Amino acid sequence: MNGATIATITTRRGIEATVHVRGTAGSPVVWLHGAGGPLPREPLLDALAERHVVYSPEWPGYGVQETETELHDMLDFALHGLDLIDALELGEAPHVIGHSMGGMIASEMLALNPSAGASLTLIGAAGLWIDEHPVPDLFSMVPFELAETLFVDAAAGEKILTAGLDFSDDQALIGFMVGNARRMGTAGKILFPIPNRGLAGRLYRITCPTLLAWGRQDRMFPPVYGERFQQLLSSTEAELVVIDDAGHMLPYERPEAVSAAVTSFIGR
Amino acid sequence: MKFVWFNLQPWPHLPDNFREDYRSVWVDIPSRLFDPELAHEVYNTYLDQLEFADQLGYDGIGCNEHHQNGYGLMPSPNLIAAALSRRTSNAAICVIGNSIVGYNPPTRVAEEFAMLDCISGGRLIAGFPVGTPMDTNFCLGQIPALTREKYAESHELIIRAWTEPDPFAFDGRYTQLRHVNIWPRPVQQPRPPVFIPGGGSIETWDFCLDHDYNYSYLSFGGYKAGKSLLDGYWDRRAERGDRDDNPYRASFAQIIAVADTDQEAERLYAEHILYFFNNCLHVFPGFADPPGYRTLKTLKAGKLSQLRKETMELFSRLTWSDLIESGAVIAGSPDTVAEQMEDLARELRVGTVFCLMHTGNMPDWKTRYSTQLFAEKVMPRLQSIWSDHDPSEWWCSPMEERRTNDAASVDAARRPVDPVTVGDGLEGVL
Repeated sequence: MNGATIATITTRRGIEATVHVRGTAGSPVVWLHGAGGPLPREPLLDALAERHVVYSPEWPGYGVQETETELHDMLDFALHGLDLIDALELGEAPHVIGHSMGGMIASEMLALNPSAGASLTLIGAAGLWIDEHPVPDLFSMVPFELAETLFVDAAAGEKILTAGLDFSDDQALIGFMVGNARRMGTAGKILFPIPNRGLAGRLYRITCPTLLAWGRQDRMFPPVYGERFQQLLSSTEAELVVIDDAGHMLPYERPEAVSAAVTSFIGR
Repeated sequence: MKFVWFNLQPWPHLPDNFREDYRSVWVDIPSRLFDPELAHEVYNTYLDQLEFADQLGYDGIGCNEHHQNGYGLMPSPNLIAAALSRRTSNAAICVIGNSIVGYNPPTRVAEEFAMLDCISGGRLIAGFPVGTPMDTNFCLGQIPALTREKYAESHELIIRAWTEPDPFAFDGRYTQLRHVNIWPRPVQQPRPPVFIPGGGSIETWDFCLDHDYNYSYLSFGGYKAGKSLLDGYWDRRAERGDRDDNPYRASFAQIIAVADTDQEAERLYAEHILYFFNNCLHVFPGFADPPGYRTLKTLKAGKLSQLRKETMELFSRLTWSDLIESGAVIAGSPDTVAEQMEDLARELRVGTVFCLMHTGNMPDWKTRYSTQLFAEKVMPRLQSIWSDHDPSEWWCSPMEERRTNDAASVDAARRPVDPVTVGDGLEGVL
């Protein structure tokens, strides 16, 4: 069950955003979702909410508000992320966790303002490019290829991605494609055609404790990307945890393992 | 009516099993299928055909821009147009067009088009497509969701560069220039006529109507499938209270093949046109629709069954009668073709037709045979269809006195032109 309550916040810039809030006590966690967007079931967030208050805002393009026209480039996304944290009025710096595109934005945010997070967790984060390990072109994939790329178990993955929608039904497929066009169209502003906007040159600015969690079978950003993050985060001792039987969508494939790693890291 | 001889300049040597063995004719088509030495012959043959069309009296000759594409070998249409500007002297040079989002800075387009207009003596027609996702996003790397905004900005910069007499600064989101002052300037003032190759979105129709540009629907579906698009354009015009229904405000592309009889047309041309439909038109669907490129409204109306795995594994084979019945191809005797072309003109209300006279892997002699029959036996019957409308706002205005360096006058100095020789080689086949 989705135990989240829904709140609406407005940033100083005037962008309204929906925030899912889980948990009632403990230090605040801000979860920044990836390009696929929030999914109907968020087992990792439910697990983290046992010890933390978990705030997961929706990026422009992913919610009911059609605010995506406000964001054009990486700096817009990073500043919007910092604005969201400000607008949550938490009274303390939260633990920031970003998955995939969310990890790329989280890194940019903490490079701009290193004191904005008590800690940083990057899960299968985007933002780097290694010539020897080219990232698959997510933007030219047809729907049935997505799950094959993102999950170890493609059949299970497709159910997770589509919330059980039947792609053989035209209306369901059109609905998915329209939502996907908004979500991925927005994501494309920072991920297309190569998901690299120069983050490598800015990672040195991050100083908070950092955890890197990767799926061993991640076919988008294989664990070698986690290693590259670890090298480039030169101002902090980042720990890399590689989780077995997990692909790029490890928060959904192995939520208990990710939760254990994150909880242990934050609790230190 | 205006007739533009047009050719996509396809690679004519794709293997028969191309669709089964390769996933796309565009973007990631294997380079090993291309042979530069064969391309020497291919390019020069296509250029010769365009010059031939000028000599036969076609109103225009055209080229367009595609990248990494097995059926369109013109990543730089301006190079083709430059060669044609020197070797022809009458036909409009229709560059339909430059993918302006991909030029950095876009003033490059204003400059090159101005050069072409000067060399050709004011014969340029300038096309500004948004560009297909295959070209603009996947080959030129432009961000899908920002493509339309960048297009609008690039368009504004180009038009201002042409029309503002003094240097100006341009502070755009995508292009910043401190001194815009293009040199040379176009012959045609205030600007060359502009054609907008587009699909069927209201945004495109409004853009054409706002600026009084020609709406050019260029597809391979033929005139029966194209009717709803042109109807949409004309209806939109009426909705806006715009009373000018001059047919020269719209143009349409049509595959055409003429022979002595309908049977001869099938015998001569079917295999080459089917090569185009069954081999060339094979684009991986993932390249056709990156998220963010299309407006949501367009997407909601779209047919998405092509995105299913089971559909992608089926390779339907079109037949000649499929193509004729659907109107995708107008082919047959001069009577048959003239009759259907008149339907096309009146039903779609278009003043200009881009005549795709060379299709697929059609050999040179067949192309010339069809091209000449169309010019001599079909065009004269259609030319006066819209004689009560003035095309001048949507057609080029060449200088009255201009140099002739064209192939015809150069060839005339060498040997007499004998149009009868064009049909040589037919005897053994017919």
